[in-house]
Amino acid sequence: MVHSSKSGEEVTAKGSVSQSSVGKGLPRVDGDAKVRGTARYVDDLKLPNMHHGMTKRSAVPHGILKGIHKRDGFDWSQVVVVTAEDIPGRNTIVLIEEDQPALVAIGAPIRHHDEAVALVAAPSRELAHEALTHLELEVEEMPAVFTCEDALEAKVKVYGDDNILKTYLIEKGEGDIDAKLAACDHVIEGLYRTQAQEQMYIEPQGMIASWDEGRCHIVGSMQCPFYIQKAMCTLLGLDAEHLVVEQAVTGGGFGGKEEYPSMIAGHAALLAREAGVPVKLIYERDEDIAATTKRHPSVVRHRMGFDADGTIRAIDVDVLFDGGAYQTLTQVVLSRGVLHAAGPYKCENTRVRGRAAATNTPPHGAFRGFGAPQTTFAYERQTQKAAKLLGMSPFAFRELNMLRDGDSTATSQILEGSVGSEAVLSAVKEVAEAYALPADDENSSVRHGRGISFYFHGAGFTGSGEARLAGRATVALAVDGHFEVRSSSTDIGQGVQTMFTQIAATALGVEPDVVRVPSPATDRVPDSGPTVASRTCMVVGRVVNQASTALRERIEAWARENGFGDMPLRQAATAMAKVEGEIAETVQYAPPAGIVWDDEMYTGSAYPCYGWAACMVDVKVDLDTYEVTIDRCVHAVDVGKAINPVVVKGQIEGGTLQSLGWALWEDVIYHDGKVANDRMTNCIVPTFSDAPEMHTIIVEEPFASGPYGAKGVGEIPMDGPCVAAVGAVEDALSSLARSEGFDVLPVSPEAIQRAMRLES
Amino acid sequence: MSEFISPRNLASSLEARAKHPEYVPIAGGTDHMVASKDRGAPAGMINLFGLSELSEVSELEGGGLRIGACVTYARVLDDERVASRFPVLSSACREVGASQIQARGTLGGNIATSSPVGDSLPALLALGATICVASVDGERRIPYEEFLLGYRKVDLAGNELIVAIEVPVQHKGAVQTWRKVGTRRAQSISKLTMAAVAHLDDGKIAGIRIALGAVADRTVRAKAAEAALLGQSPNDESATRAIKALAGEIVPIDDVRSNADYRLGVAQNLVRRFVLSL
Ligand SMILES: Cc1cc2nc3c(=O)[nH]c(=O)nc-3n(C[C@H](O)[C@H](O)[C@H](O)COP(=O)(O)OP(=O)(O)OC[C@H]3O[C@@H](n4cnc5c(N)ncnc54)[C@H](O)[C@@H]3O)c2cc1C
Repeated sequence: MVHSSKSGEEVTAKGSVSQSSVGKGLPRVDGDAKVRGTARYVDDLKLPNMHHGMTKRSAVPHGILKGIHKRDGFDWSQVVVVTAEDIPGRNTIVLIEEDQPALVAIGAPIRHHDEAVALVAAPSRELAHEALTHLELEVEEMPAVFTCEDALEAKVKVYGDDNILKTYLIEKGEGDIDAKLAACDHVIEGLYRTQAQEQMYIEPQGMIASWDEGRCHIVGSMQCPFYIQKAMCTLLGLDAEHLVVEQAVTGGGFGGKEEYPSMIAGHAALLAREAGVPVKLIYERDEDIAATTKRHPSVVRHRMGFDADGTIRAIDVDVLFDGGAYQTLTQVVLSRGVLHAAGPYKCENTRVRGRAAATNTPPHGAFRGFGAPQTTFAYERQTQKAAKLLGMSPFAFRELNMLRDGDSTATSQILEGSVGSEAVLSAVKEVAEAYALPADDENSSVRHGRGISFYFHGAGFTGSGEARLAGRATVALAVDGHFEVRSSSTDIGQGVQTMFTQIAATALGVEPDVVRVPSPATDRVPDSGPTVASRTCMVVGRVVNQASTALRERIEAWARENGFGDMPLRQAATAMAKVEGEIAETVQYAPPAGIVWDDEMYTGSAYPCYGWAACMVDVKVDLDTYEVTIDRCVHAVDVGKAINPVVVKGQIEGGTLQSLGWALWEDVIYHDGKVANDRMTNCIVPTFSDAPEMHTIIVEEPFASGPYGAKGVGEIPMDGPCVAAVGAVEDALSSLARSEGFDVLPVSPEAIQRAMRLES
Repeated sequence: MSEFISPRNLASSLEARAKHPEYVPIAGGTDHMVASKDRGAPAGMINLFGLSELSEVSELEGGGLRIGACVTYARVLDDERVASRFPVLSSACREVGASQIQARGTLGGNIATSSPVGDSLPALLALGATICVASVDGERRIPYEEFLLGYRKVDLAGNELIVAIEVPVQHKGAVQTWRKVGTRRAQSISKLTMAAVAHLDDGKIAGIRIALGAVADRTVRAKAAEAALLGQSPNDESATRAIKALAGEIVPIDDVRSNADYRLGVAQNLVRRFVLSL
C-alpha cells in the first residue's frame, strides 16, 4: 500500500511504556558483529566452486586498442578470459550517459590509464594473476591531456569536440557583473586549486556474481544496489527480474562506492557467465586506488566585491572541474559545486559559471561533499581575505553578510525555516572567545594561528531530484512478531541501520530490539533511491517514519476490532501476525510543498533545506620542518535533529578529519595520468594520531519535513574544516609567507616552504 | 608452499642459514610481508623471532649496551637503560609505524633491510654503533658506517645473520637529538630523519656526529657539516657554515613523498636548530 506523505510527528503507542529512542545515543546495531569480527564482508563470503576474477588494465593514458593476445607459455584451458566481444547486452556502464565502456573493445579508444580491457577468472587468485601476465595488449598510443585547463584547448579530444562534459550558469541581479564589481569599494580576486582525493574506505571494492537459470545474483560492497541493477540490465541484456543485487556488509564508501561498483559487478557477472561458476572479484588496494573514482580536482576563479563597511555587493565565480575520461557523475557533482559557489552569503548580484572538462585520467566521481568542498574552499578563502583586508573580525564579516531565515540565495530561493546560520557561527564564536591562541615567542621554532570558516550544504537531491526519484520504503510486521524496515539505503558504516531502528521503534512505540533493518537486496526491498547526498535520514528516514506510523495505526485498529485494544502494541502485533501473517506498509516520498526549481535557468529551490556549519581551527606550524599540528578544531553543525547524537557526532568528527586531511596532507599524484601513489603508505590520509582535539557542537534547527526535524549531516562536515585549517596556517605565518601560497591544496609542508620562500 | 623453519637456537639458525642460503631469515616479518607482495613467496623462511639469544639487551663493559638483533621496538621502549643512555634511539623507535609494527618489527630487520628511510639507522649511526654478525664460521664485528654499502645493501654474506648491535657509552653530557619528518604522525615513512649527538668542551664542540636518513642512497653521516663544527662554538656563524657544507654532501631526491628542495632545506634547518641548542 502506498500512502501519500504527511508530516511525521513523534508518537507513542497506546498502553506502551517504551520511550522514544530518537535523540538517544543507542549503541550501533551493527557494532557487535563488527567488533567481534563476525560481520561478513564480501571477501569473507565463499560460494561452491567459486573462481577468482582479475582485470587486465590499460597501461597508457590514451590510445586505440589494436589487439588482445594470449601469449604462449601458459595453459589457457585452465582459465576463462572475457573481452568486450563476450558482452551480451550493450558495452556500457550506464549511469547518466552511456559513454563509458565496461571493457574497451578492439578498435576502440582507451581513454585513461588502468581502464578495464579484459577479464580473467581462474580457480585461484595466483593462477588468475599468472594468466594476466600472459595477456598482452596491442595498443596504438595517442597524445593525452592531463589537466582540465589544457583540456579546454581541445588539442587532444577525450569527449566530443571540445572536451566539455557540462556547463552551468547561475545569474542573479540585473546588468553586467563586471560593471557591478567595478562599482564596489573593494574587489578581491583569487584563483583556487584543489586536488583529487581518494576515499580510502577501509574495505577495498569487491563483488561476487553467480548465475542460476538465467538469473544473475550479485553480492558485494556498495552504496546503491539499484544503480548496479540498472547498469547491469543494460550490460547483460536482462530485465530487472533476472538481476538481483544484494549488499554485503560494507566497510566504508564516502561516495567511492556510488558508481564504480556497477563496473565491478558487471565484470564479475560476465566472468561468472562465461565460467559457469560463481566468480569473486576483489580489488587489491593498489588497483582500487589506481582505477576507481576520486574527488574532482578543481580550478575556481572567484571575484567578490564589497562596500567599505564589508557588505558584499557582487560575486562572480568561474568553476572548472576535471571530470576525468568519462561523464560518470561529473555533471551532478559540478551542479552541486556551482550551487554552493556563492557561499551562504546575501548578494544581489551574482554570476556563477561552471564547466567540467574531460581529461585522460581515470574518471572522477562522487566523494562526500560532492563538489561543494571545492567551491567552499574558494569562497571561504575569499571571505578570510576580505575580513583581513577590512580589519574586521572573521565573525563580524560573516555576521554582516550571512544568509538568514527569509533571505534569498544565489538561485533566488527564499529560505524558510531551519536556518541555523546564526546559531552555528555564534556557537563557534563563543568557544573562540573562551580560548585564546598562545602568544608566539620570536625565538621559538613554532608559530600559532587560527582560521574560521562558515558554510552550508544543501540536503537531498538537487531541485526536483527527490520528486523524480520518488523513493519508497517499507515497514513490515513479520510473522515472528518483529518489525522489519526494508529500504535500499545501505549502511556503509554511517549508522543507517541504527538510525532507522530508532525512527521505526519510536514511531511504532516499541523497543528498538524488536526492529530489524536487514541489508538491502533488490528483490526484497523497494527502491528508496541511492545512499548519497545526505538524503538517507531526511528523505528515507521520513518515509520509514510514515510507514511505521501507518503500520502502528493498522495494528491498533486491528487490536481494537479484535478486542485487544488495551494490549501493549508489541503484544497486539504478535497476535495480529499470528492471525494475519506478514503485514507491510510502504510509503513513497512526497517532497514538501513549495519546491519550485527551474532546471533551465538554475533558479528556485535548489534544495529543500540546508545544513549550516561553522568551524574554527587552531594550528601550530613548525618553522624548521613546515609541519602543521592541528591543536584544536571546533565544529558546529546544524543537523535539524540528531536522531542519534553519538552517530551524528561520529559523522561530524570523521568528516572533519577527512576535510583536514584534504587541506594538509592528502594528494593523489598522477604521472602521465597514472596514479603514482597507489598504496596506503604513500597515498596519505590522516590517522588517529593526526586528529586534533575535536570540539563538536550539534545545533538543532528542525526541518519541518524531516523525521523529527532531521536534515542532512553526512556531507557538510567535509565542506569547511579544510579552509579553516588553511586560514589558520596563513594566520600563523602572516608576515612570513605569501598569501597565494595558501590558495592551492594541499597546504603540505613542501607548499608552506615554497610560500615562505616567495615572501623572503 | 615455502618451507618455514623455526630453529631452537642461534647455532641451529646459523646451520640452517648455511644449508639454505636461498631461504629468507624472518624476524618480525614486517618488511618481508610487504616485499613478498612484489617478489612472491621465497623458497623458504628461517624464523628468528623470539630466539632468546637474539632478543636480549645486555650490559657491555664501560656502560654500553648490546642489543640483540631480534629485539623489537616495543622492547627497546621498555628498556630504561636505553631511554637514559641513548634517548636518540628510543625516540627513533617511538616513531616507527605504530604500536602493531613496534610489537613485531626488530632492529635487526631494520638494519638488514637498510632502506634509506629506516628510522633506527641514523640513531645507531650517530651513536657510533657496531654491528655483530655471525655464521657457522664465526663472528664478525663491523662499525656501522662500514656495514652500510649502498642502496639497501649491507656487508652481510649469504650465510650470515645479524646477531646484535653494540652501542658504546656516550660522552658524559652529550646532547642527543632525534627528529623524524614524516608524512603524518603514525604509520609514516620518513621524508627525512636526523639523529645527532654532540658534546662541548669549554664552550667548543669537542665531538659531533650527525646522521641523516632519506637524503642519499643510504643513511649517511654529515661529515663535512661535522668538520665545519668541530672545535667551534655553537653559534649562528658556525651553524651557517655547517649547513652550507651540508648542501654539498647530501643528495636528496624528488619522489612521491616529498622533493629534494624540501629535504635539503629541512635538513639544514634541523642541523642549524641542533647546533643552536648546544
Ligand atoms: C605498516 C608498516 C609501517 C612501518 N613503519 C616503519 C617506520 O615508521 N620506520 C621504519 O624504519 N620502518 C617501518 N616499517 C618497516 C619495518 O617494520 C621495519 O624495517 C622493521 O624494523 C623490520 O623488522 P622485522 O623484524 O619485521 O624484519 P623482517 O621483515 O623480518 O626482515 C626484514 C629483512 O631483514 C632480514 N633480516 C631480519 N632479521 C635478520 C637478521 N637477524 N639477520 C639477517 N637478516 C635479517 C630479512 O631476511 C628481511 O630481508 C614499517 C612497516 C610496515 C609494514
